[in-house]
Amino acid sequence: MENILEIKNLSKKYKDFQLKDINIKLPKGMIMGLIGENGAGKTTTIKAILDIIKDYQGEIKVFGLDNRIDEKKIKEDIGVVLDDMFFPEILMPSDIDSIMREIYKNWDSSLYFKYLNDFSLPIKKEIKTLSKGMRKKLEIATCLAHHPKLLILDEPTSGLDPVARNEVIDIFLDFIQNEECSILLSSHITTDLEHIADYITFINQGEILLSKTKDELMEQYGVVKCGLEDFLKIDKNDRLRYKKNRYEYEVLVENKKEFNKKYHMTTIDKMTLEDLMVLMIKGVK
Amino acid sequence: MDIIISNSSEVPIYEQIKEQIKEKILSSELLAGDLLPSIRALAKDLRCSVITTKNAYEELVNEGYVVVVAAKGFYVAEINRQLVYEEQLNKIETLLDSVVNIAKINHIKKETINSLLDILYEEEK
Repeated sequence: MENILEIKNLSKKYKDFQLKDINIKLPKGMIMGLIGENGAGKTTTIKAILDIIKDYQGEIKVFGLDNRIDEKKIKEDIGVVLDDMFFPEILMPSDIDSIMREIYKNWDSSLYFKYLNDFSLPIKKEIKTLSKGMRKKLEIATCLAHHPKLLILDEPTSGLDPVARNEVIDIFLDFIQNEECSILLSSHITTDLEHIADYITFINQGEILLSKTKDELMEQYGVVKCGLEDFLKIDKNDRLRYKKNRYEYEVLVENKKEFNKKYHMTTIDKMTLEDLMVLMIKGVK
Repeated sequence: MDIIISNSSEVPIYEQIKEQIKEKILSSELLAGDLLPSIRALAKDLRCSVITTKNAYEELVNEGYVVVVAAKGFYVAEINRQLVYEEQLNKIETLLDSVVNIAKINHIKKETINSLLDILYEEEK
């Protein structure tokens, strides 16, 4: 399968933070979720793809093209939502239409107004009067209205209530009905990703901890809960991380079936992405 | 067509989808030649990953319940009723085998098991 996005050995050094050797491949027609703590490097990676940060090592290809050489061409086909809103607050949603028409060759005004309508957004009201959730929806409407092939979304559902989040996710799922299109999104709301993501990439302290299909991850990994006696029986190599709680040990294991065969412990829970993040970051090796 | 996915079940989601479609084919709710929803449409409606529905369909194809028609989609296959019958009979035999084992270990008479079977059959009706 062809990759719509390919990042090879991306590295970038800052004074107090560095991105180390990031490799990502996102096939066509797929959704990849980026997870990690605040400051782990998710946004930096996204900004490198969009060529917002410069002077990095490595190679980034979007639609098979170099993101620096063919920047303009690539950006025609990318829809972006960043964590911080980039529209001046005195604009109205109708102004955005006039501006974007000049920027994107494929800008589709009627599609834009359709999204405004679907999201119940006002056409003639200054952005500064809109709520946080409405602003987010406005950004999403804007990013979709030029028929992009790749969506790059940094926290697209943050600030949205569950009903609005659901609406937005439906729109993403509609978008992916076209198998030429892909989505890369970072999110703190890991339950959203647990449902819709095809791949999960976990970034921690500027490095990729793991990048797998979500199905593999959710079906193989597990969280064992046990007392001290059982915990001491577990071979070091059979556990990824562990955490000692008040009444139990929580142990993250890479393959719950194998683990079960070897140890016959009763309580192996399904792992959630939240468990994965907390245990990988806060747990002991 | 109902497909009910439990996110808290230990059974992987692709397997839940596969088994439910299989059941519908075996019970003739889905008939040979019926077009199944596309991988993407099904993923959207079930709110799951495309990879999940793809896995489910691929296994259904491997097991002979579904056929792929290039550029068209996935269709319910003409199933070999005789083969399916034998498969199901095998399944029953395996299950009954453990029943007999338990019965022998606990000295439970064959007649008791038989009457249990009778009761269960009646209930099903």
